[in-house]
Amino acid sequence: MSKNKSEYLINRQDNQYEVVIGLEVHAQVTSESKLFSTSATKFGAEPNTQVSLVDAAFPGMLPVINEYCVKQAIKTGIGLKAKINKRSVFDRKNYFYADLPQGYQISQFKDPIVGEGKVILDMPEGQKEVRIERLHLEQDAGKSIHDLDPKNTFVDLNRSGVALMEIVSKPDLRSPDEVNAYIKKLRSIMRYLGTCDGNMQEGSLRADVNVSVRKKGSKEFGTRCEIKNVNSIKFMQMAIEYEANRQVDLIEEGQTIDQETRLFDTKKNETRSMRSKEDAHDYRYFPDPDLLPLEVSDDFIENLKSEIPELPDEKKKRFIEKFKLSPYEANILVSDIETSNYFENVIKKSDVKLATNWIIGELFAALNEMNLEITESPISAGNLSKLINLIKDGTISGKIAKTVFEQMMEGDKDPQKIVEEKGLKQESDPKALEVLIDKVIDDNRDKANEYKSGKVKLFGFFVGQVMKVSGGKANPQLVNEILKKKL
Amino acid sequence: MSDITKQSLSELVENIKNKKLSSSEATKAFVERSEKSKELNAYITEDYTNALNKAKKFDEKPNLDLKLPGIPMAVKDLFCTKDIRTTAGSKILNNFVPTYESTVTQNIWNEGAILMGKLNCDEFAMGSSNETSFFGNVQNPIDKNLVPGGSSGGSSSAVAAQLTPITIGTDTGGSIRQPASFTGTVGLKPTYGSCSRYGIVAFASSLDQAGPMAQNVKDCALLQEVISSYDEKDSTSIDFKRNEYSKELTKDIKGKKIGIPREYRVDGMPKEIEDLWKKGIDYVKDCGAEIIDISLPHTKYALPTYYIVAPAEASSNLARYDGVKYGFRAEGENLIDMYEKTRSEGFGTEVQRRIMIGTYVLSSGYYDAYYLKAQKVRKLIKNDFDEAYKKVDAILTPSTPSSAFKIGEKANDPVSMYLNDIFTVPVNLAGLPGISIPAGHDSKGYPLGLQIIGKAFDEQSILNIAYAMEEKINFKNNITDWWIK
Repeated sequence: MSKNKSEYLINRQDNQYEVVIGLEVHAQVTSESKLFSTSATKFGAEPNTQVSLVDAAFPGMLPVINEYCVKQAIKTGIGLKAKINKRSVFDRKNYFYADLPQGYQISQFKDPIVGEGKVILDMPEGQKEVRIERLHLEQDAGKSIHDLDPKNTFVDLNRSGVALMEIVSKPDLRSPDEVNAYIKKLRSIMRYLGTCDGNMQEGSLRADVNVSVRKKGSKEFGTRCEIKNVNSIKFMQMAIEYEANRQVDLIEEGQTIDQETRLFDTKKNETRSMRSKEDAHDYRYFPDPDLLPLEVSDDFIENLKSEIPELPDEKKKRFIEKFKLSPYEANILVSDIETSNYFENVIKKSDVKLATNWIIGELFAALNEMNLEITESPISAGNLSKLINLIKDGTISGKIAKTVFEQMMEGDKDPQKIVEEKGLKQESDPKALEVLIDKVIDDNRDKANEYKSGKVKLFGFFVGQVMKVSGGKANPQLVNEILKKKL
Repeated sequence: MSDITKQSLSELVENIKNKKLSSSEATKAFVERSEKSKELNAYITEDYTNALNKAKKFDEKPNLDLKLPGIPMAVKDLFCTKDIRTTAGSKILNNFVPTYESTVTQNIWNEGAILMGKLNCDEFAMGSSNETSFFGNVQNPIDKNLVPGGSSGGSSSAVAAQLTPITIGTDTGGSIRQPASFTGTVGLKPTYGSCSRYGIVAFASSLDQAGPMAQNVKDCALLQEVISSYDEKDSTSIDFKRNEYSKELTKDIKGKKIGIPREYRVDGMPKEIEDLWKKGIDYVKDCGAEIIDISLPHTKYALPTYYIVAPAEASSNLARYDGVKYGFRAEGENLIDMYEKTRSEGFGTEVQRRIMIGTYVLSSGYYDAYYLKAQKVRKLIKNDFDEAYKKVDAILTPSTPSSAFKIGEKANDPVSMYLNDIFTVPVNLAGLPGISIPAGHDSKGYPLGLQIIGKAFDEQSILNIAYAMEEKINFKNNITDWWIK
């Protein structure tokens, strides 16, 4: 029932439409060198400084496969619970463009390195499985720069030949929210694996989005349009929303949808036709005769399996079972590997429940405010752990802890030292507290009498007064105990 | 020392090693003869001054342990040579100077040889007569206005005319063996994967193979052992045990089983060729080898298969010549216009024809019927040879269905031109080694060649058989130096 509530439907007078989405994600392989050459792959280098003769397609130059990129692709396949193909083939995808020096892109067409797999999404209404059709390796193209000169186009080949993994999903996604969750989950898995940094600003992760619509309840797919090269989750969501509504409007007007490739204009928030199916390129795919079929052994795959770290789904399960976290808490803590590492470092020497609350609560809020990643946190896991222990052993109260935390955010200071220097240590000496409490009771005789005559609600007033007098340092638990006796 | 240019490679090496001859003397002699032979048009780019300087340098500190000590030589202009213009016989690379060296030529320089220049060839090695070169026809030294074969026509002409003691060519469908046959010289196409393709301007990647061309079998064997190497820069290079072919060369082929494929008796084959083949069979018998009739049933499909596979790969390999990065560029209104003008003006007719054929056979809707089917047939052709080699050690065939023809005779008839490759293409499709040796003359006095095809990686056996036959045949090339005034 709750599932229906969050269903994403497009409503028109008499009809409800479901949106069907499939993604082709292009993920740049984390690798020092390119897929078929030894040039560097650093982002942001001066134009054309990371280009070899192979990347620039000089006569007689030949591609040689980078084994590391193959390993990265297989690891990703393992992370997607996918079938690893022991034999895969590199094909040439032929087309002319100024930033494609060979006149073809080396890709994998019929026989990709990774076959069918799956990704589990945690949606508010429960888990959803998205099926992966395939993952293949291919070269990136260079970059054409059209706005540096009124007449000429400039070409930067730094990106030419960089290894990409194209990860193709089945048309299993049904809403912009699911697309958001899917991309984030995919990115999370690849970051755990170290196979793609997932940096969308730098173009390390981008996607072609296939969108179609159909009347709710229909089993047949509608005609799809492919929105090319969208490079942020927000834009993907906006593009889907626009495109789905455009298609629904066409159907409502009794028109048909042309299968075509479209571009998303981020300024106007609309998709525009790029080319129709009739104008689609004939890429003349054929096996690249410069490269032998890629064959990997069982041992090779097994070795890589042994290098796979605990992935988000498994980690989440462990956090729930071992640390008794709620699924919500676990999801947040495993969403990226740095957060989960931080968490696990904190709880090495401190209470899990407190650590969870402090990380998800105070720490995330503070980082968010300062626009910092967890890796940039001013408070080290070790010091947060110390702070939590100070709370746990009663040295400071939770309230004081917040003051200490604020100071820690200004620089990675030892909470113990802050407490000592500022005299924030909790007062837990019963004799000292008795003196304080006696004074408070004395000063408020009338209220004490009212309490004794049955106005028990006034107990809170006395606690507050004691805390105030102590400057917040009195141990609340002891204050409670002593007050009860004295009153 | 007189008649330096008449010496074989082996003689030159011996004389240099024995200090009877300096590299400078040898280089000077070949340079002078090359300069007197401009009418042959064998060279595209001459590098004589550098060659003479290198020779002088070699003589100052001669390393006589090398296999090609101070030997001058010119190479086919399909091999990229560092700082020396490399054109592939095309206008589109007319101004292209590589910053790198092909592995094969590097292997040669590492053994002490000296580059004299770059030899003419059909444009991108597409042709059987050297007539498709942007740099003009090459004359066959055998007779005026006779083609030297192709695509390694400059190479065959230069070796036959003794402008260079040895050379290297490339062979995609017969481009070493056919010109060798047309000029009375020896040419070896090694097993695919024997010589690195790194730095060779690509025509059809799955078929291209560099190989030696020489005046005799022994020289050919020596050059093969220099150029063949495993190269990590070429993913199709194969790591196998390579012989020192010249040292292990022997005329003892007693008991070797030689196959005679019945399918190579093609319709309309001139009687002269038939007779030559018979003579060849007698020669190997004389050497003590055994003759066995064999069948290579898919032979008749080899030529059509080749003319699908090779253009398909070529159409893609030549896409990089687009005017953007290097080479010739014609100005255009926009990118597409620039591409069209550059490629229309930069490529010759035959290259354009093959790009179109290749583009067609790879197009969606035609791929299965042409390219995919051709790949299947290619496998069958290879299986034919595998079957045959269960019974024989090598196969003997004619090299070409005719002797050299006149310049212009077939220029407007591509199919008749393609038929020249009928005996050589199956060898490329199967990735096998094949050697052409001069075996006689036709009625016009033009040389005719016989081809010996070997098992993969067994260059040694076909070199040995060729070596034994060479002695029996005792071929003499009849060259009158008609072009030297």
